[in-house]
Amino acid sequence: MHGLTFDIAHLLAGSLVVVSFVQLYQDRLSALINVFAAHALVLALSVAWQAFAQGAPHLYITAGIALAFKAIIIPVALRRIIVRLGIHREIETVVGVGPAMLLGIGLVALSMVVMLRVTADADPLAREDLAFALSVVLLGLLMMVTRRNAVSQVIGFMSLENGLVLAATGAKGMPLVVEISVAFSVLIAFIVIGIFLFRIRERFDTVDVQAMDRFRGEQR
Amino acid sequence: MIRDIALQGCQMLLVLLLSPLLTGFVRKVKARLLRRQGPSLLQPYRDLIRLMRKDVVLADNASWLFRIIPYFVFAATWIAASLVPTFRSGLLFSWSADLIAIIAVLGSARFFLALAGLDVGTSFGGIGSSREVMIASLAEPAMLMIVFTLALIAGSTQLSTMSAFMNSSEVGLRVSLGLGLIALIIVAIAENARIPVDNPATHLELTMVHEAMVLEYSGRHLALIELSAALKLLVYFSLIACLFAPWGVSSPAAEPKLLIVGVVAYTAKLAGGGILLAVFETAIAKMRVFRLPGFLGAALMLALLATLLRFVSRSF
Repeated sequence: MHGLTFDIAHLLAGSLVVVSFVQLYQDRLSALINVFAAHALVLALSVAWQAFAQGAPHLYITAGIALAFKAIIIPVALRRIIVRLGIHREIETVVGVGPAMLLGIGLVALSMVVMLRVTADADPLAREDLAFALSVVLLGLLMMVTRRNAVSQVIGFMSLENGLVLAATGAKGMPLVVEISVAFSVLIAFIVIGIFLFRIRERFDTVDVQAMDRFRGEQR
Repeated sequence: MIRDIALQGCQMLLVLLLSPLLTGFVRKVKARLLRRQGPSLLQPYRDLIRLMRKDVVLADNASWLFRIIPYFVFAATWIAASLVPTFRSGLLFSWSADLIAIIAVLGSARFFLALAGLDVGTSFGGIGSSREVMIASLAEPAMLMIVFTLALIAGSTQLSTMSAFMNSSEVGLRVSLGLGLIALIIVAIAENARIPVDNPATHLELTMVHEAMVLEYSGRHLALIELSAALKLLVYFSLIACLFAPWGVSSPAAEPKLLIVGVVAYTAKLAGGGILLAVFETAIAKMRVFRLPGFLGAALMLALLATLLRFVSRSF
């Protein structure tokens, strides 16, 4: 693997981690959706570059799927949902931005330590991709934990899935069928979650999941 | 030896003479962007000369510390400016202190300035000092993390070596360097009291940080403080230029002709940076003081991330 190809792959995968942090930093829902679209765009670029670097044309299809579904269709749909729910100006966080950022840094450090130990004799390109992918997955999980609003939890879930796609493209020889089925299952999950959002709203008059704690008898 | 001393002296004089011009230039570009005529480029020099001629008015309860601090702050900033490679790397003084020492010198200058703000005991000085220290406590860890990242990449904390490394083809495209650059720009904005953090052009009590701290100074003391503020801006410009745009800096081995290229490149870099700063300041509004931790926290986070990502970029 010569210098520049590696460097660009590294740059794109690293930017995905940075965009994950930007996502964690945003507390307004409409801005969050824009950042999510940017996240998917960076993912598509990164996958396309992997396709070029590995000489694997089927990865271009994966990049196209990421671009069409996650950078365009899902953000547009989410925007329509939040406008219909009337929460597009909402600001919400459970943990403040500062602690969330520090936790995120800790998770990135954790995934670097784990991945670099485990994959000591792997191909360097796959290795750094896996380390970045694990941090994107963990940051997506962190996003789901630190938010109260169901819509931003959905965004956390989607960005977690972006990390999985990054991992899948970094490992050579992942068949296209697997990627397509992952992409479609996420789309279906999105539709199911979307329906659930409206059901939650009908029942509880809010999509703030803390409201549901009361019904489980967990209110302090 | 004589030649080395002469070159070092040239750099010290150059930074001293250029710094008010840089401040004037940024003000002029900002005024032109707002479609105003703006003061002349030489106005900061005239201000300094006028302040030098004026008498010093001291508060009754000002201590000896209050009187020596302007000289100390000026000396510390000038030393820092003499250590950063501008038109030529590897100058005489540059081997005596590295980047961490430069940050320490600038940090101690700020510490004494904050003490001076508290010395007379007015409420404005107190506000200014407490805000300045709050900003510093967030900006300094970020700055140290940036230094850490850059030193890991370049294999040295010595600015001349780092600058030479950044100019070579070994560097490549690195995500850590990009993050470090953004973090360094945020830190530089905060340290120099520029717009999203502090507004250098007003004396409005709600927004003042730096100006509140030096409110009690007058005459030649104020002139020295203004000059060191201008010098500090120049130091940060030179630091960013020599680390992230090291083109045209002549090396010790290069022939004397290249010195002129170095000076021209340095002035061009300063002018480019000044225009960018003015455009940025015109485009953005001043932040509330309580939002600053978020802004500077972003710098700290980017710097931490840069350090972490550096460990992946070349398998260690």
